[in-house]
Amino acid sequence: MAAIKSAAEAIAGIASGSRIMFGGFGRVGSPETLIAALAEHPADNLTVICNDLGSHNEGLGVLLLQNKIKKAIGSFFTPNPDAAKYYREGKLEIELIPQGNFAEAIRAAGAGLGGFLTPVGVGTELAKGRDVIHFQGREYILQPPLHADYALIRAKVADTLGNLVYSKSGRNFNPIMATAAKCCIAEVDEIVEAGELSPEEIITPFLYVDILVKRGSNDAD
Amino acid sequence: MLTDEERKERIAKRAAEELADGMVVNLGVGIPTLVANYVAGKKVYLQSENGILGVGPYPKAGEEDKDLINAGRKHVTIVPGASFFDSAQSFGQIRGGHIDCTIIGGLQVSETGDLANWLVPGKDVLGVGGAMDLVVGAPKVIIATQHTTREGEAKIVPTCTLPLTAKQAVDMIITEYAVFRFHGGRLILEEITSDFSLADLRSVTTARYEISPELKVRVV
Repeated sequence: MAAIKSAAEAIAGIASGSRIMFGGFGRVGSPETLIAALAEHPADNLTVICNDLGSHNEGLGVLLLQNKIKKAIGSFFTPNPDAAKYYREGKLEIELIPQGNFAEAIRAAGAGLGGFLTPVGVGTELAKGRDVIHFQGREYILQPPLHADYALIRAKVADTLGNLVYSKSGRNFNPIMATAAKCCIAEVDEIVEAGELSPEEIITPFLYVDILVKRGSNDAD
Repeated sequence: MLTDEERKERIAKRAAEELADGMVVNLGVGIPTLVANYVAGKKVYLQSENGILGVGPYPKAGEEDKDLINAGRKHVTIVPGASFFDSAQSFGQIRGGHIDCTIIGGLQVSETGDLANWLVPGKDVLGVGGAMDLVVGAPKVIIATQHTTREGEAKIVPTCTLPLTAKQAVDMIITEYAVFRFHGGRLILEEITSDFSLADLRSVTTARYEISPELKVRVV
């Protein structure tokens, strides 16, 4: 059974230097309550694994401006102009991965794979530093898996066990990130009793989810 | 001289003719997005890499759903039969060749079909998104782009000088003046518009290309 906590309690154990995955594509599917709680939490020197860094002073952009992010691993940091500024000033490390390779690397981590062969990125700048493998007549990049200490994700409804359903394009990276971290904290709009969600509609089975946080619950209960 | 809007409209209209009933297509940002305006009468399904199959038109002002955006972060609607899925499955569809076609913009296309479209010169390496996955994975890759840069420099070139998105990945190039196709690694001019001569085209295309014996002139 997942523990139900306030946002502040849920993230209280996150230490400086942690690797944290954040779901979301822009603001859609982003765990905004948990990010707001992290903005009030002292942990810094964080490595964040996320598709993007939000926008200026919005989403993860808030943590960036607080100098809490040491490194960002993802695919599309262009929409936040602060990312370019911090990168140029040497305050932010960037690891850029094509979006599909990024998603699959997270999935691979959650599925216990040691990496995978992908044709995407072969012959480009993003292949630098990666092993290139010739296999069955084709050239591939060996993409390692992406693991994390925490996955901070956003879903629509949870049941008390921790089963999750999502909302529309808010699903994006959330279900795969739930599988790839030691501790998964899910921010949800609503928590219902186990049994109320149809087994056919559950996207993330409860065994991946450790802590549930009701959206907007920044104060300790 | 054509206005920017006229160029874009021409390109989008011509690209829409490549789409057939029942196709699943991923449209990149910019000119490719406009292609959706010209597919009326054909059942074309749009896939968006943030996890939607069956993207519909933009919503009316005030009817936006906050959880429903496309990969360009614009609010969209969905069509009957649409589905949602996570990003790994979405790129599995793309990389696995299950999308019929992608239409995407280009900064440079080489005469061997290499594409550069993700890194603008002088900018930091901060965003690649799904461009590389799409052009490697889609069975048909159509580059929809203006024929030259704003400064009048050729975009269809012997070799890409900008950082590559993928090698030998392009199937077709559609510009406001011409349609090129790659056949067996050779670049072939298949169509030219009636307001542009072959000599005009040579002067703004530095890549080597052959002229199809069945060259079509598109009346504009």
